[in-house]
Amino acid sequence: MHLFRGFYLLFHYFCARIRQALFFSKEAMKISNYSIKFFGVLLTCLLTINVFANESTVQEQQGDERISTKVEIEEYILHHLKDSHDFHLVSYTNDAGERVHVGFPLPVILYGNNGITTFMSSEFHHDSDGKVIVEKNGNRFVNYHGKVYELEAGATELALDAEHHPVNASKPLDLSITKSVFGILIAGLLMLWFFSSLARQYKKRNIPKGFGRVLEPLVIYVRDEIARPNIGEKKYKKFTGYLLTVFFFIWILNLMGLTPFGFNVTGQIAVTAALAVFTLIIYVVSGNKDFWGHIFWMPGVPILIRPILAIIELVGTLIIKPFSLLVRLFANISAGHIILMSLIAIMINLKADLGPIGSTALSFGLSLFIFVIELLVAFLQAYIFTMLSALFIGMAVAEHDHEHEHDAHGNEVADAEDIRENFI
Amino acid sequence: METMIPNLVGAGIIVIGAGYGLGKIGGSAMEAIARQPEAANKIQTAMIIIAALLEGLAFGALFLGK
Repeated sequence: MHLFRGFYLLFHYFCARIRQALFFSKEAMKISNYSIKFFGVLLTCLLTINVFANESTVQEQQGDERISTKVEIEEYILHHLKDSHDFHLVSYTNDAGERVHVGFPLPVILYGNNGITTFMSSEFHHDSDGKVIVEKNGNRFVNYHGKVYELEAGATELALDAEHHPVNASKPLDLSITKSVFGILIAGLLMLWFFSSLARQYKKRNIPKGFGRVLEPLVIYVRDEIARPNIGEKKYKKFTGYLLTVFFFIWILNLMGLTPFGFNVTGQIAVTAALAVFTLIIYVVSGNKDFWGHIFWMPGVPILIRPILAIIELVGTLIIKPFSLLVRLFANISAGHIILMSLIAIMINLKADLGPIGSTALSFGLSLFIFVIELLVAFLQAYIFTMLSALFIGMAVAEHDHEHEHDAHGNEVADAEDIRENFI
Repeated sequence: METMIPNLVGAGIIVIGAGYGLGKIGGSAMEAIARQPEAANKIQTAMIIIAALLEGLAFGALFLGK
């Protein structure tokens, strides 16, 4: 039940605020207006995803036949899972038969043969087949399947080989503010804003006010339920900063993935891999003598087994632990997004069978159900990533208070200290 | 496509195994909580950690078998 204490407190906070708003005291009005606004933003985020889906459904139905819509849904979902150079919200076919894409562009920053080139991604006109050529600084760029390529001198259009790899273009170093980078920047700024204001409050008072009252129990929860029991009373303080950062970073980005803007940051394997590598570096660097001793020369097992165990332990520590961390987060979030988008697509796919109202009702019910589960998964995955990071760090820094004697079978022999400890 | 079949079958077998494992973890945790309700918090934390490790294995299999 400890797991849900954060939610419980969050819920209580809003309940208390709304109750306060009902009594029209002046001070309460000021705070409650603020919190009701926040609540409103949350609710809007929750509901707009379905509104957006509704819009695109109605519009997509008009022009194309059913089969092409189905193909488009698949492409749309696959496109969503990848990182891209612009935000793509809605596309539809207008009366003149043209495809219209609604979204907003992001800056493209490239380091190619002629130095740094920057332009807005709107210059590609939502093309991702390498048809539109953007000429800047004497370089010509095309966007092929979400990646920007630089055409070689003399080439007039992108040529592909049999396996659809470009042959007359090279990849420049892409430093663009893509959708994921934009999401990470927003999450970073939000965290900086939330927690610097929370930290500032403690200089004046012991109990924070306003939104700080939501954040404080979460911070304490991570400290007391994740860091302290897993790392140990003596050393947890050094690592609590990292664990808090990683927890809120993942949680905020997971929640941002559920807004209609189509962020899929924690569903990018590069992002989760970077987070897992941070954890790896921390527990490799801070690992003590006992930790490495148990990896390379496991005490208490026969000598012949020790080299085999060393290989297994080394692979487990350096590869399997971070790999399982990164794949778990990546796969959970990607799977959630695929399921949610597929359920929204029911609206379009089953319209012919169930009618517009039936298909919309079915899709709305199912997607709302999965959406609520995804809200829980967003928290749970942040919790699990932090928990396992703390566990791995804790294993690396654990201190064995005293040496144990081992009997002939390699079992630890309890000494007087253990017996006293168990007795108490 | 034919070359994918062993990967997919292997991933399927691992997912069956992981499902069995998750069922056992959940069932054992339920029994443990029923026997000792005051230890529910500790049991739940341990259950979630083991379930997460197992889930990582299953997702790893799905990811590599894709």
